[in-house]
Amino acid sequence: MNTVENFEIFAPKLIDKRELFSPGHRACQGCGEVLALRLIMKALGEDTVVSNATGCMEIISTAYPQTAWEVPYIHVAFENAAAVGSGVEAGLKALRRKGKIADRYVKSVAIAGDGGTVDIGLQALSGAMERGHDLAFFCLDNEAYMNTGIQRSSATPFMAATTTSPAGKVIHGQRTGKKNVPEIMVAHSVPYVATACPSYPIDLMNKVEKAKNTKGPAYVHVFSVCPTGWRAASNETIKLGRMAVETGSFPLYEVENGKYRLTIEYPEKRRPMEDYLKLQGRFRHLDPADIVKVQALVDKEFRKLMHKVETSAPWI
Amino acid sequence: MGKRIGMEVGIAAAEAVGLCNIDVAAVYPITPQSHIAEHLSDIVHDGRIDAEFITVESEHSSISACAGASATGARVYTATSSQGLMYMHEVLPIVSAMRLPVVMGNANRAIAGPLNIWNDHSDIMNQRDCGWIVMHAENGQEVIDMTIQSFKIAEHADVMLPTVLNMDGFQLTHMIEPLEFPTQEEVNAFLPDRVPYATLHPDKPVSMGCFNMPEIFTETMKVKDTALINSKKTIIKIWNEWGKQFGRYYKPVESYKSKGAETLILTMGSMGETASVAVDELKKVGKSVGLVKMRLWRPFPLDELRAAIKGCKTLIVMDRAVTFGGIGGPVATEIKSLIYHDKDRPRIVNYLMGLGGRDVTVEDFIVMVERAAKKKDETYEFYGVRE
Repeated sequence: MNTVENFEIFAPKLIDKRELFSPGHRACQGCGEVLALRLIMKALGEDTVVSNATGCMEIISTAYPQTAWEVPYIHVAFENAAAVGSGVEAGLKALRRKGKIADRYVKSVAIAGDGGTVDIGLQALSGAMERGHDLAFFCLDNEAYMNTGIQRSSATPFMAATTTSPAGKVIHGQRTGKKNVPEIMVAHSVPYVATACPSYPIDLMNKVEKAKNTKGPAYVHVFSVCPTGWRAASNETIKLGRMAVETGSFPLYEVENGKYRLTIEYPEKRRPMEDYLKLQGRFRHLDPADIVKVQALVDKEFRKLMHKVETSAPWI
Repeated sequence: MGKRIGMEVGIAAAEAVGLCNIDVAAVYPITPQSHIAEHLSDIVHDGRIDAEFITVESEHSSISACAGASATGARVYTATSSQGLMYMHEVLPIVSAMRLPVVMGNANRAIAGPLNIWNDHSDIMNQRDCGWIVMHAENGQEVIDMTIQSFKIAEHADVMLPTVLNMDGFQLTHMIEPLEFPTQEEVNAFLPDRVPYATLHPDKPVSMGCFNMPEIFTETMKVKDTALINSKKTIIKIWNEWGKQFGRYYKPVESYKSKGAETLILTMGSMGETASVAVDELKKVGKSVGLVKMRLWRPFPLDELRAAIKGCKTLIVMDRAVTFGGIGGPVATEIKSLIYHDKDRPRIVNYLMGLGGRDVTVEDFIVMVERAAKKKDETYEFYGVRE
């Protein structure tokens, strides 16, 4: 039983000690993604069915005959977590209505990495959100295809080196910025959209709780530090998450019925990107001119977000 | 049994699904399956059945949603055709490996390229090794009957495998035929509620779709193969139950005037009806010709087929698909393997015909039979091709 289900917000002392994603899985040391997953599961509680895409979280948790999942769990393929979750939601709804299962609300959630969300899974995600399923989708974004060996995705940040966007002599890593999938979700009129990071655990869990309580589609994009893929120290996961947020390169915000709101206060002068970049091997090749370009893109994206924060109004 | 009515077969397929108390349908429209999708949505939207109809954005998502819904314990249905089936392809072997009893209707259509919306069997033949039960209907009545049977077969505790019922696109799906529907009470008496082995529910959490290391993967493949082979026994049992209740008996392989015939034609799907007329015509002029029709493609009905073709001198296999760069059409290739060790095996003549909606008439069958008698070798021929 989730002891905090009657509380609207999480507080450290009230967090359930029980793990619905149990220890003993095969994640790398310092994995920010599995930390996010653990907190998400705590916030979701046991009346949850998880549809998981192929990816790191799937392979570290379900090597047959073992499983780390204490809740009902299904993995089908890479690009279809949202479609499988749609089916789970429809199945549970029909069976409950027809009296074939217990008359109790069970939340269908889908969990995928950035590849399974923003690239190969985008169509299934768009379809599920557009159809208005009562489905909470969590994108655990570690900014590349880490499971297959650190290849770039459309969530890889500008100029980051990956194995398919290498730091070449002519081309300095990833040539584009991150695809803004939260914005695409808002464009689907998804009633609850948020960004989160496990370096801010209470903020993350509160957003998960809101997504869970949304009767309809919800989307949470979770920044998940990957020390292995980012060529960073495994003891700096939390710090890197904080820096991504503080620099504004991954701002924390939520969008409730179209109204954008920052969930963290930013000072007039945000932390410079250089502080964040220099801790990661994937940005080691950047020269001062590159860092200026990266900073300029982060500033532009932040301005776009602030414009939405300042001008958006709830549509209901 | 209700009275006989005239109805388009695609619509009848949807009506048959409507009798089966499904919980979820996830269907993406594609020609020539679209009337099934449309009519099933009518049935749901008019409140005639209590089910969720998911208007998915693709076939990949329709089969994926079916997997998710089936895993909750729901009875699920989908229908597709051609490119749609090809798009589902990735998920098909996963559904069978997870032993999810999804029922599918497939309106057979050629696969591109080039694009062609008309009938052949290339769509289903490309799914041959996906581990599904694959059946072919010959006429509208079979579509109704076999759709209802499919749920009982798929969900049976000794089977727990997905099924696909093939119905030839246009040539069958768009025909208006005299059809008899069982009543709801009769279907209820035949088709019990699904009793799933395991479901996605917090009352008893399970993990489904765990990945296999090399140490266990081979065993999993053998289990899947064994399950499919073993399903034949239950399929036949359920077909006999249907026969007893409704008076229409179904067999994995059907024979028509084949006893003692020197030459046998072998077909799958709707062309069996045309071929049977050709057999009648040929018999009139004293030819020793009969017909064998395969209803069950997977699991392959080894014993039944061997018995059905025993004693014939020439077996003419009609393939409605091409195995490019191979040794003949898929059906002929498999039958050649089957009888390889048989002492008195017949000579096999293989025609690739009826591709992409090309009509195959009674006269065509007669020509093919006559030409087969003169053929010396066992290579395949594209029948009717304009050189």
